[in-house]
Amino acid sequence: MTDLVLDIRGVCKSFGALQASQDIDLTVNRGEIHALIGPNGAGKSTLIQQIAGGLRPDAGRIIFDGRDVTGLSTAARARLGMGRTFQISSLAMEYTVLQNAVLGALGARGDVFRFFRPVMRDADLLATARAALTTVGLDGFEALRTSELSHGQRRQLEVAVALTLSPRVFLMDEPMAGLGAEGSRRLMELLNGLRAQAPILLIEHDMDAVFALADRISVLVYGQIIATGTVDEIRANRDVRTAYLGEEEDA
Amino acid sequence: MRRETLLNAALMLLLLAVPLWAHVTDEPFTITLATRAVIFAIAGVGLNVALGLGGLVSLGHALFFGVGGYAMGILAFHAQTYAPLIDWPVTIDGTKSMPIIWLVAIVTSAIAALGIGALSLRTTGVYFIMITLAFAQMFYFFTISWPAYGGEDGLSIYVRNGFPGLNTMDPIQFFALCYGLLLLVLFIVWRIARSPFGLMLGAARQSQARAQALGQVPYRLYLTAFVVSGAITGLAGALFADLNRFVSPTMFSWQTSGEIMVFVILGGVGRVFGPVAGAALFIVLEHSLGGLSEFWHIYLGAILLGVVLFARGGLYGLLAGRERAHD
Repeated sequence: MTDLVLDIRGVCKSFGALQASQDIDLTVNRGEIHALIGPNGAGKSTLIQQIAGGLRPDAGRIIFDGRDVTGLSTAARARLGMGRTFQISSLAMEYTVLQNAVLGALGARGDVFRFFRPVMRDADLLATARAALTTVGLDGFEALRTSELSHGQRRQLEVAVALTLSPRVFLMDEPMAGLGAEGSRRLMELLNGLRAQAPILLIEHDMDAVFALADRISVLVYGQIIATGTVDEIRANRDVRTAYLGEEEDA
Repeated sequence: MRRETLLNAALMLLLLAVPLWAHVTDEPFTITLATRAVIFAIAGVGLNVALGLGGLVSLGHALFFGVGGYAMGILAFHAQTYAPLIDWPVTIDGTKSMPIIWLVAIVTSAIAALGIGALSLRTTGVYFIMITLAFAQMFYFFTISWPAYGGEDGLSIYVRNGFPGLNTMDPIQFFALCYGLLLLVLFIVWRIARSPFGLMLGAARQSQARAQALGQVPYRLYLTAFVVSGAITGLAGALFADLNRFVSPTMFSWQTSGEIMVFVILGGVGRVFGPVAGAALFIVLEHSLGGLSEFWHIYLGAILLGVVLFARGGLYGLLAGRERAHD
């Protein structure tokens, strides 16, 4: 077994004249948090969709655990162990917090086509779901409907559902967006511990969080990765400073 | 006890008490009305699996209602004319036995739902509504132009089919049979709604992306729901044909599809007992308003408009509040 979990090779994707991904190479190794940063519209979400299966790349390959998954559907990739959190929450809003977590545990176990046993009485699923909710700090909100949660709590629930999947890699699309200072700190602690379980590909706008958490950072600008390296390397990189960090300082 | 449980119990008791009372006071027509309500309720409970649990707006459920109806009609027709259904390679005779007819109705409508669902579910939204409608219309015009089984005039069955140990010609006994089936169907759907499949189907209804991220293919979930839904509505069709001792292409008409959907919407989309309340209300309205005017559908339309605008949850939403998320 190698340390390489996710290997993205030469991925290209364009929408008409817009090149959202230009020959992108990216790897995620066991035990690391690899952060993907870049200004708005750089193509971060397009890339994560191609990795998760929502979009098919025009060229290039996605290798996951040594297996070419480029042709597989989102569902098939999820079953292989890609645990995704969404930028725009896509939880089942009518369900309770607990039901959403149970849903994750059920998806991970895979025996969905059962029609007679009450799912909310399944002790194994409930235990997995409750453990994940406790980990993200939502244990007091089990019975609340997801639509009644605050924005930040929905983020936490997204992460909890991903946890119940016990995936082989986490794909997290801006999990901290809209979280308060306290919420961000909590989630950072959580992600920090999570990398031992499975590596994380983290798209995040919060630079403090990225620099505090990431083992490696890739910078995406106009569909191209202009640099990949450790936190210090990225901080020192002149291209990155002008293309990205510089803009932030000016703003 | 929860309000919804009380309402369910009250509804089912009322649906039982009215025909019993009519039996005692010797008013067979009321028993027939109650039986109609029960059969429509079964059809609605069937549609509710697709519409309520799966969010699949099918405007073609008359198709399954009609397939069930013609399953009964054709089998009974061959039995009463003593002409075998198939001569070769083996002889299959018609039958007047309800259990066999029900089984055939369920299996044929499930197969129809599998084929039609497999094609229709590749589309979504308004296209799905249109394609289900189109399939039902195809069957409608096919039966009209199929002279072997009565064509436009339909098929009359002279004697109601039999059930072991019961005299099905006795209105109250036939009612009891239909009522028992409604209870059984309600129990099955209630269990499905709370099962792993039901939970995941609901998730796919609310967010396809979520279901996919959990490793599920929404299409498979929808198709399964559509087949279960069609099979239940097909059973209702067989009972309806037996109630009237008559089948005709009208069972396939888009008005029938619309009426089944009205039961669900009046009662409360997605509520297990909702279509029962909706069908009962529909029969009450049909009977009371129908006495006032031939054009009673105008009033029905107004009530439906009121429900859609002001009481989205239907009767159940109004009387029992929001559905309990889980127990």
